[in-house]
Amino acid sequence: MSDIVLKTENLTKHYGGVHALEGANFEIRRGEAVAIMGDNGAGKSTFVRQITAVEQRTSGTIWFDGHDVAFKDPLEAREAGIETVFQNLALADHLNVPDNLFLGRELVRFRLGPFSILDYKAMRKATLEGLQKTGVKIPNINNTIQNMSGGQRQCVAIARTATFKSKLIIMDEPTAALGVQETAQVENILHTLKSQGEPVILISHNMRQVMEICDRIVVFRRGRIVANLRKEDTDGQDVVAYITGAKTQEEYAGAA
Amino acid sequence: MTDTTHGIGGLTFDTKKRALPPELGVALALVLIVAIFEILGRIFMHDSFLFNTRDSVDGLFNMARLKIIILQVSIIGIIAIGVTQVIISGGIDLSSGSVVGATAMIAMSFAQAGTVYGAENTRAVFFTQGWVDLPLAVPLLVGLLCGLVAGGINGLLIAYTRIPPFIATLGMMVAARGIAKWWTRGQPVSFPTESYAALGAGMTPVLIFAGVAILFALALKYTVYGKHTYAIGSSESAARMSGIKVARHKVLVYTIAGVLAALAAIVLSSKNLTAQSGMGVMYELDAIAMAVIGGISLQGGRGSVLGTVLGALIFGVIISGFTFLKLDAYYQEMVKGVIIVGAVVLDQWRQSRHSDRI
Repeated sequence: MSDIVLKTENLTKHYGGVHALEGANFEIRRGEAVAIMGDNGAGKSTFVRQITAVEQRTSGTIWFDGHDVAFKDPLEAREAGIETVFQNLALADHLNVPDNLFLGRELVRFRLGPFSILDYKAMRKATLEGLQKTGVKIPNINNTIQNMSGGQRQCVAIARTATFKSKLIIMDEPTAALGVQETAQVENILHTLKSQGEPVILISHNMRQVMEICDRIVVFRRGRIVANLRKEDTDGQDVVAYITGAKTQEEYAGAA
Repeated sequence: MTDTTHGIGGLTFDTKKRALPPELGVALALVLIVAIFEILGRIFMHDSFLFNTRDSVDGLFNMARLKIIILQVSIIGIIAIGVTQVIISGGIDLSSGSVVGATAMIAMSFAQAGTVYGAENTRAVFFTQGWVDLPLAVPLLVGLLCGLVAGGINGLLIAYTRIPPFIATLGMMVAARGIAKWWTRGQPVSFPTESYAALGAGMTPVLIFAGVAILFALALKYTVYGKHTYAIGSSESAARMSGIKVARHKVLVYTIAGVLAALAAIVLSSKNLTAQSGMGVMYELDAIAMAVIGGISLQGGRGSVLGTVLGALIFGVIISGFTFLKLDAYYQEMVKGVIIVGAVVLDQWRQSRHSDRI
């Protein structure tokens, strides 16, 4: 078995006449953290939406975990092991941390169909373990989400992906709306996940963050991949040159 | 333990200081209202509202009054429990009063006695004599089935056509009232069998109300059903992205509300020993009001069965209190209106103060 977790071949998405994504060839291996960078409208989020089946692709192939996959909806992708932290978080405001972590996959004591009895104790225990594993510090896990700061919410959302042994974590600008200290906390979690060998795709505009966390940077421009850079071979200025179109890697020359 | 006392950015967090449960506020309001009636009673009626002042009866409290307070709200209370879970899920059910009317008519027509005062029941409607004196299970199951169908249709409409719950249940409200009138062409149905009449006799409605309340208090707190109901009301998109089958769950929520309205109809027609097509008019609004007074948020996601039970008791106390003070029913409705609005204003205020604390 190869250690490639996700691979796309000629992934393409057209919205009518708009070619939002054109022939994207991408792969990520076990234990790798890959950043996706690019200007607004470059196709980063479109790319993610095709992988997670929020939208259906126009053409191309997606290989996940060794299989050619065609997820019908985001839920199927999630069940297969692709966990996505969206910018709008997908947390229920009036529920507390364990309830949110286990939403839709609650632990139960007795199976009685929809009236299965919840196992609060086990969920609480697993939540504390999950938070510990990711290094998330939440003062009181019985607090409801509505009483938490943006950083804490983001941490809960990330902890959720980490609690369920996902095979791939995708984060769409996880720190874009956070303050300095909150960003640091989220980055800590990313480091922890990475050290545990979780493959992570990180969409970010934050160069420092990308350089710190990721092994590889894939640059999108006008719907195409224009560069695939190892962190060791590049620097911030170089990446910016690719983002703005001042440079294009040779193997992608046809794309520009 | 320093980790647990400091939040992000060095914010301190006092684990001992928690927001008070909203039910506590409702309970305090209940005590306050009882106290007001007690004081007004002492001043104007020279009698106690709550306590026993008769030498001929033993006991500290005026048990007769306490019984009436809870008995007169227990039937609408059963509906209110169903409405509570609908509101928590982020919806509304306007059809319950009409479902009560239709179910009462239909169930009662299967519960007619063959003989009345020793003579043949010549006024039995809809069915011939061969269909009288049926075992209790027949009207009971037929009645509950009516609620199941009505609630099920509500749920299917809301979940799969995506029309607002307000409209779907408004449609059912009008249609079910039509069915109630059409069933016997407007004629009331009376003289139920003894077994049917026993369901609403004495304090039985209170026992049924209490049973339903306890069952649903537990279901909402300790089952997956309850958790998903809160989650959908809190954020439907989050619930969907978490893999909850939102449409299926909504059908279940509205179906249960319909069944509880039907149960209330059976108890009501049994208690009154008759069913009329106008039964249950405005019950849906009283049920919603009980829930709202009890702290159930109309935005969904918040509230509990305990709150609704307390809300129902506040209703009962107000009705009894006004009767006790020999005040007209007109004032009663005015005060009820003020309390409903007041409860929501208080809740909004409490919520906004809550969210400012981040």
